[in-house]
Amino acid sequence: MNFDLIEEHKMIRDMAKGFADEVIAPSAEEMERTGQYPYDIMNKMAELGMMGIPFPEKYGGSGGDWVGTHICIEEISRGDITLGALLDVTTSVTGQEIDVFGTEEQKKEWLVPIAQGTKIGAFALTEPDSGSDAGALRTRAVLEGDEWVLNGTKQFVTNIGLDNASIALIAAISGKGQRGNIISTFIVPKDAPGFQLGKGYEKMAWHGSATHEIILENCRIPKKNLLGDPSRGFAQHLAVLETGRISIAAVSVGVAQACLDEALHYARERTQFGRPIFDFQAIQFKLADMAVSIELARNQYLKAAWLKDQKRKHTFEATVAKLFASEMVEKVASDAVQIHGGYGYMDEYPVSRYYKGAKLLQIVEGTSEVQRMIIGRVLAGGM
Amino acid sequence: MNIIVLIKQVPDTTDVKLDPKTGSLIREGVESIINPDDRHALEAAISLKKAEGGKVTVLSMGPPQTIDALSEAIGMGANEAILLSDSAFAGADTWATSFTLGKSIEKIGRYDLIFCGRQAIDGDTAQIGPQVADYLHVPQVTYVFEIEKILKKTIIVKRRLEDGYERVQCNLPALLTVIGELNVPRYPMVGKLIDACKEKSPIKIWNASDIGVQANDVGLEGSFTQVIKTFAPKFKRQGEMLEGDARKVAGTLVEKLKENKLI
Repeated sequence: MNFDLIEEHKMIRDMAKGFADEVIAPSAEEMERTGQYPYDIMNKMAELGMMGIPFPEKYGGSGGDWVGTHICIEEISRGDITLGALLDVTTSVTGQEIDVFGTEEQKKEWLVPIAQGTKIGAFALTEPDSGSDAGALRTRAVLEGDEWVLNGTKQFVTNIGLDNASIALIAAISGKGQRGNIISTFIVPKDAPGFQLGKGYEKMAWHGSATHEIILENCRIPKKNLLGDPSRGFAQHLAVLETGRISIAAVSVGVAQACLDEALHYARERTQFGRPIFDFQAIQFKLADMAVSIELARNQYLKAAWLKDQKRKHTFEATVAKLFASEMVEKVASDAVQIHGGYGYMDEYPVSRYYKGAKLLQIVEGTSEVQRMIIGRVLAGGM
Repeated sequence: MNIIVLIKQVPDTTDVKLDPKTGSLIREGVESIINPDDRHALEAAISLKKAEGGKVTVLSMGPPQTIDALSEAIGMGANEAILLSDSAFAGADTWATSFTLGKSIEKIGRYDLIFCGRQAIDGDTAQIGPQVADYLHVPQVTYVFEIEKILKKTIIVKRRLEDGYERVQCNLPALLTVIGELNVPRYPMVGKLIDACKEKSPIKIWNASDIGVQANDVGLEGSFTQVIKTFAPKFKRQGEMLEGDARKVAGTLVEKLKENKLI
């Protein structure tokens, strides 16, 4: 048993920490206020190799592992939640699905630019009538000669609105089997004929995140853009979403750490009744509880990522990490606002941004309710 | 162009705390970093290499954990690094350190430029650069804040003075000590950091016999100076409460300030 980070992980952490503090954090408030996507920061992250940490060097990656990837995601998210989510979607989910299930040709064409960060990947599963019940999707794909023709609508597609977004991995019904619809995954380039980028959403927060709807109207893609096993597209999606859950846990820990740092700083500075409010037990206990839950959530996402690196089953651990960390960050962010009092509700203090942002972490990559369903299935011995 | 950079690993704090009983530095809970000025030296070397071609070799003397600083330097873009680590090197003053570094540079062989940071945040001596240059008999320029031009056999740089700057042309090979104004250091790249941590990393470890020195020429034995005692100066606050009503207190305060020539 050893809880020490290895040198490689410490180095990645220190680099990402410095980058988050010096480059991201100073721009985070403006990103949220203006909704301008931070291309300059993304390009720097790409140059430093942050988009391709877990992928082999021959596919443009850094040859690292999933622990290192998630340590990086935590630190980046401490600077800005949307950049952490960007890494989740482009690296943990989209990049990984191509890396694990793609052909050599597909990896060269689509994974290399995603791993290098020159292009950003997106992942499209959710539809207007198919959210937690992801298997109920309606988008259809029909093979016509050498092309697949896709029709349907995908919702809440993170990253796809970015100028340098290259593809979306799209799950669609491609036929009928003995047990119902066959779902396949397709690599759909953003510039494919019939691919329409829908409107960007007006969101409560996460304004730096380029989330759009996608409308596929007789969208034509080459036959070779089918990803992996045509009958296992849904299972492929679910497999990489398991990593996505670890990533959202790491994002949650990063945001929660930012909340604790701000709240601790404020509690020491703010004087009421003649002493810093930190001296009051009511405040100190809140801070202590925040620190406790962050510590536990961090240990859990690291454990899940470590199991993944050992190529061992980690459905339970990843789901526990996601559920605990995303519930934790909403509470921690709420307490951080509370410690700030009225100031905490003002946009000039970062905790108001953290609080608004934290809520979504209980919803993305499977809601807290879905996480409990999965844990329930594991307990029932079904997974 | 062959460039050598001398770096030091230091505790990450400007507010160094000493154990009041032993007088030694409290290292517990303090992370180690590349000395800030040395990071600018690394940046200068790496960007020069990118522009002119060549190779950057990083050299550092310290305990085994100094390898972290060297890995980071490789992550930034240095080609190779050498850690000088030997129990015989321990306790060296700036002279013994400069001698050890100088011997190592002779072993490395051909070089055009040596970069150092101006000074380390833990010792603040600013002596290593100049002493190494002296040992190697090469010209030195300190407090460099701009590298203007590199010619075939010379370099033109600007060095910061208290009330302006000097523009200096000097022959190569030369040693430059640099200040923060010179550049903005880059972040290390993830892929290079990972490579630096692998078994086949381009980091070598040299001990006393590797660089051909005797134990009594280096470390504490080879030092001309010895630290007898380190201590934190005690600050005593001399407060004085002024009595009386506001008018009287204000009058006394003004008098006291005048008395002490503060107004």
